[in-house]
Amino acid sequence: MSTTTPAPESSNAPQEELSTAAANRTVGVRTFRPAIGLAILALVALILFALNAADGSVEFRLSDSGDAIQLPNLSVPVTAYGWVVTVALAALAVFAAVRARSLPRWALILAGFFFVTGFLVWIVGTAQTPSISVTALLAGSVALATPLIFGSLGGLLCERSGVVNIAIEAQLLFGAFSAAVAATVANNVWVGLLAAVIGSMLVSLVLAIFSIKYRVNQVIVGVVLNVLVSGLTGFIFATVLQPNAADFNSPARLPHITIPVLSEIPVIGPVFFDQSIIGYIMYVTVAIVWYALYRTRWGLRTRAVGEHPKAADTLGVSVNALRVRNVLMGGAVAGLGGAFYTLVSVSAFTRDMTSGAGYIALAALIFGRWNPVGALLASLLFGFASNLESILSFLGTSVPSQFLAMLPYIVTILAVAGLVGASRGPAASGEPYVKE
Amino acid sequence: MSATTTSPESNQVSAPSPVELNPDDFRRSLLGSTLQSVLAVLAALLLGGLLIAATDETVRESAGYFFARPGDTLTAMWDAASSAYVAMFHGAVYNPDGSGLTGKLYPLTETLTVATPLILAGLGVALAFRTGLFNIGAQGQILIGATLAGYVGFAWQLPVGLHLLVVIVAGALGGAIWGGVVGLIKARTGAHEVILTIMLNYIAINLVSWLLTLSTFQREGSSNPISPPIAETAMFPKLLGDSFRLHWGFVVAVVATVAVAWLLNRSTIGFELRAVGANPRAARTAGISVTKGFVVVMLIAGMLAGLAGTAQIAGTEHSLTVGIAASFGFDAITVALLGRSKPWGTFFAGILYGAFRAGGVTMQTATGTNIDIVLVVQSLIVLFVALPPLLKLKSRRKEVAA
Repeated sequence: MSTTTPAPESSNAPQEELSTAAANRTVGVRTFRPAIGLAILALVALILFALNAADGSVEFRLSDSGDAIQLPNLSVPVTAYGWVVTVALAALAVFAAVRARSLPRWALILAGFFFVTGFLVWIVGTAQTPSISVTALLAGSVALATPLIFGSLGGLLCERSGVVNIAIEAQLLFGAFSAAVAATVANNVWVGLLAAVIGSMLVSLVLAIFSIKYRVNQVIVGVVLNVLVSGLTGFIFATVLQPNAADFNSPARLPHITIPVLSEIPVIGPVFFDQSIIGYIMYVTVAIVWYALYRTRWGLRTRAVGEHPKAADTLGVSVNALRVRNVLMGGAVAGLGGAFYTLVSVSAFTRDMTSGAGYIALAALIFGRWNPVGALLASLLFGFASNLESILSFLGTSVPSQFLAMLPYIVTILAVAGLVGASRGPAASGEPYVKE
Repeated sequence: MSATTTSPESNQVSAPSPVELNPDDFRRSLLGSTLQSVLAVLAALLLGGLLIAATDETVRESAGYFFARPGDTLTAMWDAASSAYVAMFHGAVYNPDGSGLTGKLYPLTETLTVATPLILAGLGVALAFRTGLFNIGAQGQILIGATLAGYVGFAWQLPVGLHLLVVIVAGALGGAIWGGVVGLIKARTGAHEVILTIMLNYIAINLVSWLLTLSTFQREGSSNPISPPIAETAMFPKLLGDSFRLHWGFVVAVVATVAVAWLLNRSTIGFELRAVGANPRAARTAGISVTKGFVVVMLIAGMLAGLAGTAQIAGTEHSLTVGIAASFGFDAITVALLGRSKPWGTFFAGILYGAFRAGGVTMQTATGTNIDIVLVVQSLIVLFVALPPLLKLKSRRKEVAA
């Protein structure tokens, strides 16, 4: 499909006017977009974090009363930190302007760190009680991010081999549904986990059959699958699950595993070493996907098929078979995220319980530049934003919660608009492959 | 459908080469596509019926002794599915139990009322499809359109006639802004419109729910997230008298369909948009500005969705709430797909889905069948309609073999 990948001509138009672009192409295109993006961030920081900061300071509680190791609270003066962030972002903007091309990773991470912490200090400063537990903030973020991470990894497996997956939402929802029903009927959570994987793979199978075998437009199949699964699970929920909840919709929960010693580490312990088994599977999955994608033969083939299927085919890779396999694997991964809803966070299925998480996962995948680690970080950021929103509504802040809720979406738009660096998907993504 | 409208690459594969295309073949393929649509609807209804039957209480009971008396199960299955569909028909087309002609025909007008926003938003989605863009953002465009139209409706005092006109313009403007932003960002930076529209949907819903916390948008003395009702002068007049909900917004939808059909098939802009959709590279070579096409089409698409929002607020709801767009923006995508992205196809698909929706409500109250079955049937229709590439490919393969 022609529209999936932005035409390079149009996206680079402003640079080509510089006429040196052609000569520079081998060493990278001159672009001032990162500089503009950083300048905008610096301006936001100046206006909000520095000039509109609350008086006094914000307290970050590093340990809670029950913890074995007690750390002192971290107190940050709001206005002063706002200025620090503004200056730091402005300096990065100047650096980017001088460099005039895509930013190195460390600069991006630094900019992200300053903006997020600056925002955090500013927004907590506006609360009636400017004190926040870092552990609760981070642990909640990880929990909210878990289905997003699985969803975006599932999408990544599809997209890196050239199949656009809009149906992540459907995969999460059907995974959650299958997990709840199977775990209740079999009276065994592990069966539920397996069913989530299989259920989500079924959605993948439909996507694969329609978009790879019959070459129906991939975005269309994805959109339709989302509606279909929403309707199907909603219908069965209302007619079968709800009236017979005890028989079909009361799964047990997956065990919560607390790793001794490690979970005692302040802040990090409760966040990383005290969660459900799905949480641990998540980190392992990110590592496996990253390793497999960049260090194995399968990964090389997947990336080749996603970028230039014809070349891969010429070298003997079976393009469509690889795509089908990857789409199915993507479904399996997304299904684990679906299981998180019914086997970890709430122990019952409800209608449309994923409430658009699949679309956020898609955004995280793109924000993370189709890279497993990027997708992980982007999902964590989105999880952080929605957790912050609920904590702040509890603390009482003057900033409307709707603006907090909007933030991840605005950030995603800025990211896909390339303001924080070029965002380009696999070249062949969305295009069905026909062997000639 | 996708092959003929949105995806030039697969088009080259599945469509017959121009040499083969004589008027006879064309007529046959048109007939074929209509036949395919009808078959798709029937197959989807059949599967939906099976789903209704399979989840029915009586069916499950009689299935317990299926091998003793299989007839019971089959009868129960038929009863469950047919009673649900009959109730749906009564709610969507003709109600034999209604009092007088008004009561009997009320369902039909209800179908047209529900179809109005579906047609308008569906046209927007279809137009973008024809230009090769996936406008998933009709939902946000409807919301913003309805918000602007609603604000003008309840906050301004204008004479009769002028007020409604201003409301319509405001609604169209709101949608056009929300859609135009997408076109602009895509044209300037090459960002993918699917992501942009999805994100803007969420931004729109948060924006509107924030606006509804402001006293400007709330009823006097109330802090509920609902706006004051719009002025009488801002409402669409009823089309068939006060006993029906059908309003002049439906006429707007008909006019919009004619206008979009003219725009696409008869105007220079429409030709350029179709060229951009069919083959952006060729269009650029021919001197058509692809980026301008993106902006123009998203402005118009947003405008149409904004009109759908106007129909909602000035036609049926009269007060702004977060739920004003219901799920029309997402249904509009399936409407456009079923209508094969053609203006009149979208029009009739909109009426069909309006019938499903209006009938679904009646069905749920009459037989207790959950209305979500409508979503299942709708999405199955689109999936089945999308299958022609398979049929065409097979016939082509045969040709090659021969």
